[in-house]
Amino acid sequence: MLESKEVTKQFGSKTAVDHISMKLEKGHVYAMLGPNGSGKTTWMKLAAGLLKPTYGMVCFNGEPVSIESRKHVAYMSTEPYFYTWMTVKDVGKYYQDFFEDFSYDRYLTLLKQMELTENLRTKALSSGMMAKLKIAVTMARDADVYMLDEPFNGIDLLARDEIRACILSYATEEKLLLLSSHLVEEMEAIADRAVFIKEGKLIENVDLEDMRTQQGVSMADRYRQIYGHTEG
Amino acid sequence: MEFDANRPIWLQVMNALETDIITGRRKPGEKLPGGRDLALRFEINPNTAARVYQELEKTGLCETRRGMGTFVTGDETVIASARNDFIRQTVKNFLQRMAQLGETPQSAARMILREEE
Repeated sequence: MLESKEVTKQFGSKTAVDHISMKLEKGHVYAMLGPNGSGKTTWMKLAAGLLKPTYGMVCFNGEPVSIESRKHVAYMSTEPYFYTWMTVKDVGKYYQDFFEDFSYDRYLTLLKQMELTENLRTKALSSGMMAKLKIAVTMARDADVYMLDEPFNGIDLLARDEIRACILSYATEEKLLLLSSHLVEEMEAIADRAVFIKEGKLIENVDLEDMRTQQGVSMADRYRQIYGHTEG
Repeated sequence: MEFDANRPIWLQVMNALETDIITGRRKPGEKLPGGRDLALRFEINPNTAARVYQELEKTGLCETRRGMGTFVTGDETVIASARNDFIRQTVKNFLQRMAQLGETPQSAARMILREEE
């Protein structure tokens, strides 16, 4: 469904994404992992069509990503992107104007699930509530691909449970979900595959249950193996 | 349910269902939750949930009827034999641990009886 072909992005002399080639298929929940600055966010933005690659491309259903593919790819960035005067209701209306696949009914269901109400002002939201709002408004789209950058950041334990449940309820055979997070443990059970990125390069794209079955290794262990420093 | 992330999650969920079946918490012939329900209930990936039933079916403890879902087997001898296997395995694990501590099966048995009094 999403295919990254040698995709590369340079910012000046810095290579943020370095010849990443991989195929991401529908029916899977991918955890995208790597330390800060490893290129996860840049790759997501390339896949969302928000950045132009320096070299290579990302394809959605065989076509390079474009304005057209953005109709089918829901992307949640880490940056806050609502005007401060907006209420939760305004945020929904704003999205409804932008995206044909946005369902206000579904948005209401998600708000309820996340314990948010339409009359709240975004300015008054705590960071946890803001994070939940971003997820609700993104998942209210009926897209083919959902890319959530750091969905668990700054969120307390209980709200994380709500977010996990919400993500799982939209993970069907027809959808592709890609989640990036530093909170590896949060994703052990909900992701079935992991993509490890290091210094802009793809390290591996693995099946987590196969890895546990064959090597007795969790996603967190593998993370430590790949990124950990050997202590002397 | 809290998972041990180093062990396959399908195996841990399957063990939980097996325990429910052999202890009678889930009755012979009872309908089991569908794959999606199982995923939501245990908060696991839907592909992992599908694998739980694939593997559980191999043990004979459940059967999938096309278009109807997955059911606990109606064959009580299969359940009884799975229960025996579980008991034997539990005893084996216990004795292994006791052996590490330098106890023989005989001394372990005496200790159990003493605990009982």
